[in-house]
Amino acid sequence: MIFPVFKREFLGYFRSPVAYVFLIVFLVASVGLAFFLGYFFKNNTASLESYFTFLPWLFLFFAPAAGMRLWAEEKRSGTVELLFTLPVTTLQAVLGKFLAAWAFLSLAVLLGFPLALTAGYLGDPDWGAMLAGYAGAILMAGGCLGICSLTSALTRNQVISFVLSVLACLVLVLLGWSVFNGALGAALPVQAVDFVANCGFIPHFEPFTKGIIDPRDVVYFLSLAGLTLFLNVIVLER
Amino acid sequence: MIEVKGLVKDYGAKRAVDNISFSVRRGDILGFLGPNGAGKSTTMKMITGFITPTGGTAIVGGHDVRTAPVAVKRVIGYLPESAPAYGEMTVEEFLHFIAEVRGFRTAAERAARVGRAVGLTHLAGVRHQTIETLSKGYRQRVGFAQALLHDPAALILDEPTDGLDPNQKNEVRSLIKSMSAEKAVVLSTHILEEVEAICTRIIIISQGRLVVDETPAAFRARQPGARLDEIFRSLTIGDEA
Repeated sequence: MIFPVFKREFLGYFRSPVAYVFLIVFLVASVGLAFFLGYFFKNNTASLESYFTFLPWLFLFFAPAAGMRLWAEEKRSGTVELLFTLPVTTLQAVLGKFLAAWAFLSLAVLLGFPLALTAGYLGDPDWGAMLAGYAGAILMAGGCLGICSLTSALTRNQVISFVLSVLACLVLVLLGWSVFNGALGAALPVQAVDFVANCGFIPHFEPFTKGIIDPRDVVYFLSLAGLTLFLNVIVLER
Repeated sequence: MIEVKGLVKDYGAKRAVDNISFSVRRGDILGFLGPNGAGKSTTMKMITGFITPTGGTAIVGGHDVRTAPVAVKRVIGYLPESAPAYGEMTVEEFLHFIAEVRGFRTAAERAARVGRAVGLTHLAGVRHQTIETLSKGYRQRVGFAQALLHDPAALILDEPTDGLDPNQKNEVRSLIKSMSAEKAVVLSTHILEEVEAICTRIIIISQGRLVVDETPAAFRARQPGARLDEIFRSLTIGDEA
């Protein structure tokens, strides 16, 4: 019974103009950052690294925007009572909704494909590294959306849900941000800094953009999603 | 069909539902009465498996709601209070979604189910309208269509005629009556005349406790000559405090 929930939720994005606004703004922002802050042309390398670098920062806002309505909206409108008196288990409902949001955010990332084609047209990129980068981006999106789904279940107010998930994602991005780790290094021993950095998104995402798929990084994002969805089920059944 | 055994629900220190037991057989239409906040909706939500009881259980179609909630949900058609629905969907899309979740596998089967529910609730005219644009009466009917879609053996309706005009009320009542022969129906209401018009049994809940469980005729015989609302008032007085 996951599929009907997934389908309703995924198509639900497109039942209002919000989805189109979201996709356009995301594409403008992600490609814009790659060009103007990442110097996609100036670097003179046929790779998408300048695009991928900014994704953790973009997901900080876009994942909560995609995930905030998942449960908050059901609670506000009362449809949660309808959903949970249909023959669906909490886990099925949580998974269906999460997968819908994940598919939607993945779609947003994949719609940036003309940038990859541009790199291919102008140079001779490492297609494997590019694919790995996309895989990493999608995995990271899953981790973020797990958090967003959880915070959305904590409230009936979408704004609160948005703010909470931005905060949670911000912490996880900052933990692995080299600038933050540098500052931390002045006060803490190296092992401690390494440990802190390991909890963050960036050290687990960066290897993907260089074409390295480390199982530990895959496990990191999947277990983040798994843990938050598990908590999500508990929150809803409480 | 529906067997309620000693249901209890506590919210913090407050006992919202206090040891309620009753049973409903096929062919029964049970009118659930009580002042606002007496525990009617809470009891219905526990029977349908939406909230977990603090104590006791309900058995619907042979399934225990505490151990097999999904099986119970398959047997029940439930119209929650104020008929929540996904407003951005059209009536057609919404009912198709319900049919999918209810496990009707083929498209033909789903179309047949949706068509039947739309016909029963007279929704054909607004089939392709989004639910948020519908009037209260139509939304209520969408909720009804959703509850009837799988032809459930147990029908639980939380204030099904609330917000409808007199004609619509009559229509809903005759619909309930026409289906009641092979179903166990529980409906909550504030309208005492409604109970008399269609129910085969009356249950009154006051302050979470069951105070009356009898036929409408027996209920009326409590105070011959008195109006129903006077009898109701004398039984539930003190509840407002």
